[in-house]
Amino acid sequence: MTRFTVFRWSIFAAALTPAAALVYWTFTGDLTANPIDFITDTTGTTALTLLVCTLTVTPLRRVTARNELIRLRRTLGLLAFFYACLHVLTWVVLDWFFDVASMATDVVMRPYITMGMTTFLLLVPLAVTSTAGWIRRLGKRWTQLHRLVYVAAVTAIIHFWWIVKADFRQPRLWALAICVLFGFRAWWSLQTRALARGRVSGGGPARFQTS
Amino acid sequence: MLIKNAPDLRYSDVTPKGLYVRRREFLHAAAVAAVGGAAALAPGAGRLRAQGRGAKLPNVKKSQFSTDEKLNSYDDITSYNNYYEFGTDKDDPQRNAHRLVTRPWTIRVDGMVKAPGSYDVESFIKPYALEERIYRLRCVEAWSVVIPWIGFPLADVIKRLEPLPSARYVEFTTLNDAKQMPGVRVPVLDWPYIEGLRMDEAMHPLTILSVGLYGEVLPNQNGAPIRLVVPWKYGFKSIKSIVRIRFTDQQPRTAWAVSNPREYGFFSNVNPTVDHPRWSQATERRLGEFFRRKTLMFNGYGDQVAQLYSGMDLRKFY
Repeated sequence: MTRFTVFRWSIFAAALTPAAALVYWTFTGDLTANPIDFITDTTGTTALTLLVCTLTVTPLRRVTARNELIRLRRTLGLLAFFYACLHVLTWVVLDWFFDVASMATDVVMRPYITMGMTTFLLLVPLAVTSTAGWIRRLGKRWTQLHRLVYVAAVTAIIHFWWIVKADFRQPRLWALAICVLFGFRAWWSLQTRALARGRVSGGGPARFQTS
Repeated sequence: MLIKNAPDLRYSDVTPKGLYVRRREFLHAAAVAAVGGAAALAPGAGRLRAQGRGAKLPNVKKSQFSTDEKLNSYDDITSYNNYYEFGTDKDDPQRNAHRLVTRPWTIRVDGMVKAPGSYDVESFIKPYALEERIYRLRCVEAWSVVIPWIGFPLADVIKRLEPLPSARYVEFTTLNDAKQMPGVRVPVLDWPYIEGLRMDEAMHPLTILSVGLYGEVLPNQNGAPIRLVVPWKYGFKSIKSIVRIRFTDQQPRTAWAVSNPREYGFFSNVNPTVDHPRWSQATERRLGEFFRRKTLMFNGYGDQVAQLYSGMDLRKFY
């Protein structure tokens, strides 16, 4: 096994730890006095964490110049989707026990639930089209479609922000994290565009080419 | 040949005094964690931990105001708390409240009152006969518990303190001490925590000051040494660890109403028909139950308290 494979598997194992812990705590009776809320919170925050991790792969790849990192992106994205599914299932089965009318009311009436549901619905097509077959079939449009992950990260953080009562430290930290990641990407794409323009016009200002 | 003689230890490697002095505290915490961890793994650990630890309170009378609903376990009541002075996670209070020193404890009484002054908590409590009041507690976050409080009517205290006729409200303040309460270092609320009641609410026979639960001295995370319990209002009105009682003619600027006036009002009566702006208040989950229950008007105490609010628009005065 190469060192990268070991690295990849350890990331996979680490990402599955919260789910394993929930199962373990179910048997030891350690899901707190309010297990349904605890499971909802744990699956939700893990989904958000992994979603943001997914967005760090490309910047990290640029910074470290290690191209093999790209192989982590789909794994992390699908793990984020796995936790998002658990999060939604907790809401449907444990919180409301298939009370469709109440859930529908909440989706329409409660903005934080609307945001949560939006996030989930944005992630579904991304998970479905994550296979090699779909990447081939969609070609250039695959990249366009998968830009939705940025929207999903934003709606996920708004969803979190809107349920917090007073202690905004965590959602603020997440917002800051994606601002940094977006900033990196924006700067990078500006640079690429300027480079391209420079080439077309035949050696214009070359300030982006230096360094 | 150059022999590099790098010093093995730099001055920055010396353990700071504060750290090694706290070593004992750390070892104690580690031992507790290890024992706790082992207990959690042992079969039936939940039942073991369900036993109380406080000193027994003597001569506690039963009360006609108690509900006969199933009690929540001691473990539920003492491990799942909103007490932001000790942290905003539900298990933070249980983890951090051991730092709170509840004796000696002074309660300052001031404002529009005949006998202002500072009282030691022991002598403050002494004149009153202890009663057990088994009440429902409904949190604004849509969960609820049934708790066997030990306490005495606030009305008896107020009569003894003799407020002036001009006093229309009672304001309560929680301790605000960063040394004992790590949560107040973070400005999630405008510390100190302040709550208040209209005089008729404070004088109502259901309103009590509590000094215990499950027949024992109040655990720190539940608001030791003395707290308010107002069973028909959302839990945050029942202020914990009281250090000051002030009589006033102005409506107190209560902590949550200051933090977000659109979402939290002064009255905050449990009301299934008036939603929190962000979530429904129509149902609640009783800790230990799977299905949600319907939330009752005034948390089921409507027969006793509804007349306090007759003629008031409860949508406006939420």
